[in-house]
Amino acid sequence: MKAHSAAERAPRTYLAVLSALLVLTVITVVAAGVHFGSAFVNVVIALTIASAKASLVALYFMHLRHERPINAIIFVVGLAMLGIFLMLCFLDTLAREPVEPGLTAQLADWAVRISSRILSAS
Amino acid sequence: MSTPQATAESQAHAPFLQHHFHEPVQQAEAAKIGMWLFLVTEILLFGGLFTGYGILRMLHPDAFHHGHTYLDRWLGALNTVVLLVSSFTMAMAVHSARTGERKRLVRFLLATLALAAVFLGVKYVEYSHKFHEGLLPGRFYSHKGDPVPGVHMFFSLYFVMTGLHGLHVVAGMVTIGWLLRRALRGHFSPAYYNPVEIAGLYWHLVDMIWIYLFPLLYLIS
Repeated sequence: MKAHSAAERAPRTYLAVLSALLVLTVITVVAAGVHFGSAFVNVVIALTIASAKASLVALYFMHLRHERPINAIIFVVGLAMLGIFLMLCFLDTLAREPVEPGLTAQLADWAVRISSRILSAS
Repeated sequence: MSTPQATAESQAHAPFLQHHFHEPVQQAEAAKIGMWLFLVTEILLFGGLFTGYGILRMLHPDAFHHGHTYLDRWLGALNTVVLLVSSFTMAMAVHSARTGERKRLVRFLLATLALAAVFLGVKYVEYSHKFHEGLLPGRFYSHKGDPVPGVHMFFSLYFVMTGLHGLHVVAGMVTIGWLLRRALRGHFSPAYYNPVEIAGLYWHLVDMIWIYLFPLLYLIS
């Protein structure tokens, strides 16, 4: 019975999710016009909003919230693997000499320190 | 999702049940797991491009910043809205299949198909404008007067990422067309709508990838 009532409420939930997604899209466009200190912060904000939108799609449109957990586990493990891949590639890139001035020196410095600490620990 | 024993037995000889499955619920769950595994491979496929984007943008921030000014952010935003609404209509199509409303299922599938066509139409306008300006990938780039070098790299990624995404939209449209045909022939019922459901999952992933492409390509600040 519970699943039945959830199915009946689905259209209203989907409409609410769609409105949230549209509002977040407006916020993304507006936020892109504001300078939050550095380009890096702007990217982080844009990607955070994008991830909130993607989560809404996954949880409600793709039913992950009400499905058996195995589907969510597959999805999250896939994302985690991509995360590891991205992190290692970015750390490697940042730890090298900048090719072009304008690269955030602070970030590069931070990456060099982290990777040298990892290397000296092993 | 537990089906009462009586229902399972009455459906044991349902025409849609493949012989290697015990009961419809098991078949539906297996189909979903299979689709999610496929979606993960899609994420990794696009993930490689996102990684390349991240590295090139870190190394050449000015080229990327300048490159994005050649894109029309309002067309990008329009396409974002079109895809988000199409995700909604797809979710409603799955819902209609689940509740057995065939007319609504057909209508929502048609709406999704139409929105996908609008998306590709806007993409066509954008692409033809870029072609005209010589904003092409790699060595085909012939746009003159850029204040910074390396803008062709941005357009290489722009065309590969949006192009691959566009191919996924086309594949989605073919799939939705196939669903439409089957829906019109009355193949789906509340007991069997796996194809609608897993095609829906695929369509939402296509939407999800665009959710990331839009700020990364159109809104570099």
